[in-house]
Amino acid sequence: MAKQKFNKETYLRWFEQMMLMRRFEEKCAQLYGQQKIKGFCHLYIGQEAVVAGMMSAITPDDKVITAYRDHGHALGCGISTNEIMAELFGKVTGCSKGNGGSMHLFSKEHNFYGGHGIVGGQIPLGAGIAFAEQYLGTKNISVCFMGDGAVRQGSLNETFNMAMLWKLPVVFIVENNGYAMGTSVQRTTNLQDLYKLGLAYDMPSAQVNGMSCEAVHEAIESAADRARKGEGPTFLEIRTYRYRGHSMSDPAKYRSKEEVEEYKHKDPIEQVRKEILSKKWATEKDLDAIEDEIMNRVNESVEFSENSPYPAAQDLYAHVYHQEDYPFIIE
Amino acid sequence: MRSIQFREALREAMSEEMRRDPNIFLMGEEVAEYNGAYKVSQGMLDEFGPKRIIDTPISELGFGGIGVGAAMNGLRPIIEFMTFNFSLVAIDQVINSAAKMYQMSGGQFNIPMVFRGPTASAGQLGAQHSQAFENWYANTPGLKVVVPSNPYDAKGLLKSAIRDNDPVIFMESEQMYGDKGEVPEEEYLLDIGKAHIVQEGSDVTIVSFGKIMKVALAAAQELAKDGISCEIIDLRTVRPIDYATLIESVKKTNRMVIVEEAWPLASISSELTYMVQKLGFDYLDAPIRRITTRDTPLGYAPTLVEEFLPNPARVIEAVKSVTYR
Repeated sequence: MAKQKFNKETYLRWFEQMMLMRRFEEKCAQLYGQQKIKGFCHLYIGQEAVVAGMMSAITPDDKVITAYRDHGHALGCGISTNEIMAELFGKVTGCSKGNGGSMHLFSKEHNFYGGHGIVGGQIPLGAGIAFAEQYLGTKNISVCFMGDGAVRQGSLNETFNMAMLWKLPVVFIVENNGYAMGTSVQRTTNLQDLYKLGLAYDMPSAQVNGMSCEAVHEAIESAADRARKGEGPTFLEIRTYRYRGHSMSDPAKYRSKEEVEEYKHKDPIEQVRKEILSKKWATEKDLDAIEDEIMNRVNESVEFSENSPYPAAQDLYAHVYHQEDYPFIIE
Repeated sequence: MRSIQFREALREAMSEEMRRDPNIFLMGEEVAEYNGAYKVSQGMLDEFGPKRIIDTPISELGFGGIGVGAAMNGLRPIIEFMTFNFSLVAIDQVINSAAKMYQMSGGQFNIPMVFRGPTASAGQLGAQHSQAFENWYANTPGLKVVVPSNPYDAKGLLKSAIRDNDPVIFMESEQMYGDKGEVPEEEYLLDIGKAHIVQEGSDVTIVSFGKIMKVALAAAQELAKDGISCEIIDLRTVRPIDYATLIESVKKTNRMVIVEEAWPLASISSELTYMVQKLGFDYLDAPIRRITTRDTPLGYAPTLVEEFLPNPARVIEAVKSVTYR
């Protein structure tokens, strides 16, 4: 890996972005325990290098879509901590105005096309977003994330086929964290190298180390480049690991402590921290200051959310139809 | 006025709208080079080219979802299902994506798209090709559901559906594509959500929609011979439903019979019956009756098809019972 390719600014941005995701998610876990955050809540802790490496490799006009483990992607795309936290609190100041919650973060302004709740449902959507970019003649691409459970859905196979047939500018990324909820990849398939699924459609496909921002960046950058040149989609299997359970209600008893510890030794934030310190791009003190600033932002977002109002009861009807005078049935 | 086929009316609606707005495209199985499984899109590939008239593999879930994604990102797709029976493998994208996106995103991503194709039975096609899911889709907030019954309505309603900023389910019939009807040369649009009083009458209100309107009209003709005057309402749209027009009619006729090609449980007629008893109870002089399909899958043999479907004789019997004749 050619680490010299990346400069000080990139490393510091990765550090800040990943630390933001880590601290934000840790706060979410705490708030979930306090029942401030309700519903299903899937944390991104451990997988941060995937989003950080993606964000440095694409442009702000590119579109991003993922499944329900979406806090990291929303933060990476630049949605404010206030808007995301308020959404988790169900407040009207949230990025989906309190309609979405943890699984359905959206921001048109930040080209984040959502958190989607049906496993694999976002795969054709991601291709459709790319279809529109191709149709409109832009150079933008769509980055479509999914979990390792999603690759077992028919939607993946149908979409891969059409995306290749039409050379859509999309990068499909499976964040393979080894477990579809409680079921390991080994227990669901004979084909454990997930990237090989792309090969059935002659789609350029590769396996990527998801604990390395550098590796993720390089893989996505070259896939994005190919997409922009009209050469079509790429499928990246990014091998990563979630330190927490599938959702907040999952104690993750299906895997060993040793396995979790093994991955924590490869922690992407620690790797980036070491690189920054060894290159003397910043001191421990500088990094601590960044961390403090992040903690302040996270704490402020909690205060902002606490002080924000819930949507009014009548807002239930506000965004069902674009038509303003739709005649809802009232019993 | 000139007379054109139902399929031509649909084609005119799509072509006129595509000339107006370059962001509209048509995608589906056999829509381009084959000129449409039922020739609805005949000639459109020649006019608009392969960028806008797009053949797909047999992957309804995939291209249904690609349509929704394209709609999120600035386009206005028309997705054709060869029949709505096949929409069942795409229904996740219709219900979970198209119908929910605007709401889940707090009003950021509306879905201006049309899913269209034929619905219900079309002869001896067996159980899997003969189903009517109007009530399934109509049940879902976020969707609009349009079911035209003649070429004039089809054109005016499809143009409105394409211009609509919400997802519209537009349901046709294989057995209507060849039907001819008067359609003006000049442009017109019909409002989604407005019922049409096809024939005024005083003794009973007959409500129907889509292809099965023909059964209602045939029954009314026979009943007229017996001196029974039927007011006939074509719903045109089953989400939203124009309840006001129904209630006004019942105030006049005091009786209602609903004719629908659908299974009886939780059908459109169930819903109409509830609303009319709630809002028009004092005006009703008889229980509301409905004619639906039988509560079974359709069987292949002609005798089974005949037994399954609503027919004028069953409607006439229902009308006579509510008018106490």
